[in-house]
Amino acid sequence: MGKVDLSVELAGVRMKNPVVVASGTFGFGREYNQFYDISQLGGICVKGLTLHPREGNPPPRIAETPMGILNSVGLQNPGVDGFIAHELPWLRERDLAVIANISGNTPEEYGVMCEKLSAAGVDLIEVNISCPNVKAGGMQYGTVPEMAAEVTRKAKSHASVPVMVKLSPNVTDITAIARAVVEAGADALSLINTIRGMRIDVNTRRPVLRMNTGGLSGPAVLPVAVRMVWEVARAVDVPLLGMGGVAKGEDAAQLMLAGASAVAVGTACFSDPYAPLHVRDGLEEIAARQGLTSVRVLTGGVQPW
Amino acid sequence: MPTVIQCPITDLKYLTPDIVSITVDAGEIARSAGPGQFVNLKCGEGLLLRRPISICDVAGDLLTVVFQVKGEGTKWLAARRVGDVLDVLGPLGHGYDIPSGRVLVVGGGIGVPPMLYTARRCHGADACVGFRSREQAILLGELGDVCGEVRVASDDGSIGAHGFVDALVRQALAEGHYDAVFACGPRPMLRSVARAAAEGHTACYVSMEERMGCGIGACLVCACSVGGHHRHVCKDGPVFRAEEVDW
Repeated sequence: MGKVDLSVELAGVRMKNPVVVASGTFGFGREYNQFYDISQLGGICVKGLTLHPREGNPPPRIAETPMGILNSVGLQNPGVDGFIAHELPWLRERDLAVIANISGNTPEEYGVMCEKLSAAGVDLIEVNISCPNVKAGGMQYGTVPEMAAEVTRKAKSHASVPVMVKLSPNVTDITAIARAVVEAGADALSLINTIRGMRIDVNTRRPVLRMNTGGLSGPAVLPVAVRMVWEVARAVDVPLLGMGGVAKGEDAAQLMLAGASAVAVGTACFSDPYAPLHVRDGLEEIAARQGLTSVRVLTGGVQPW
Repeated sequence: MPTVIQCPITDLKYLTPDIVSITVDAGEIARSAGPGQFVNLKCGEGLLLRRPISICDVAGDLLTVVFQVKGEGTKWLAARRVGDVLDVLGPLGHGYDIPSGRVLVVGGGIGVPPMLYTARRCHGADACVGFRSREQAILLGELGDVCGEVRVASDDGSIGAHGFVDALVRQALAEGHYDAVFACGPRPMLRSVARAAAEGHTACYVSMEERMGCGIGACLVCACSVGGHHRHVCKDGPVFRAEEVDW
């Protein structure tokens, strides 16, 4: 078996491999760097940033479900300035794409953050219009095409680095949102964010999460992610970062065949800190077995019936 | 520095019908474990979240955890056998900082186990422990070996004093001097122990519990309000200074 070229490109950003870690599951990388050099990753989508620091939602913030978890962290973060001052310099010393995930209360806030982060030197900005766990902004922007487009335009006009918009699966037709944000200038799309869910403790009759509902992630959502990446890939002509339940190389290959240029690993890190590296190795193995010289040829390679 | 190690089970026994003690050969995790720290145990392939369990005791490379069978994860753990291998992530968290003087360790129910290793690491310790009833009482012999004095209370009076453990703490603090009170147990118990320690002008440190995700401080799931801010049980804790916790 020949050597497989793992490198990919996402909106002009070159990555040594297509495995990124998903926002909110990997902090700013320091914790996992205790286990391995995170420079082995293609990139990191950092914990979701807001203009001002946020304390997030009250606990419990997590519940286990069949092959999944529900979370309602609520964008706890040190704010964009705190990130730039205390986390970004450390990340820049590592050799991986730094993708800043941002959420705003208004389109203007997205603009301000894009300006600050572009100046600070991130590689890519991931515009979160799909967080299910915050009242203002967040998913509200992600479910109405006009609002999603407005946020995208604002972000694009203030960013000097490529802008990727993260889509919510909690919509009737994800391609309508995808088209709207691409027309508004999005350089790439990432999908899917978590799917809204709920778990109830039958003894106390209380929802397990303090916020009642939360976002579902983990292997349970993988087929939804594959389907949505496939639909969006046929609807628009920008690169996609696919995510949702990726835990092994085969999952990543499915998302790439559906149309993703790169993939993100999230929830799988909780049970196995090394999951992103296993996904990378598994993907390489599949490509090698199929005699591919580059993983890039997987992208969009599905042959639908 | 936390690591992931595949650890063979060397001993597994039931202390009560629903409280299980598992000892594993944990190598480096055991050798570097501090009092009040925890390990995050993988519970098979079907459950995505590891289960955080406090370290009960350490002897060389052997590490013991004691837990109550409550849900799917602990049920899976309890069904293991000697020789089976556990996927252990640890040691994790910020535990108890051991002072130079005597410590009063306080445990309630399933919060008792971590106090054994904590007492072992102290330079002199006495214990106050509370259980629901005689049937639920665990580790009294082991604590007796490590501590000078062990005071016991039970909710129904079937073992030790009739009542809650904070009454024992008041008694102990009135009779002797301690550099610190270290406590682990249900939140209402911790709160009343913290009050008793404050009345006795003794520094108090409590081990908090919250539903956890990654266990290493990355996902920010296990929030606990301390000093008006959300801190995280897995990384900032589980041990916090009692007077800083927003009860």
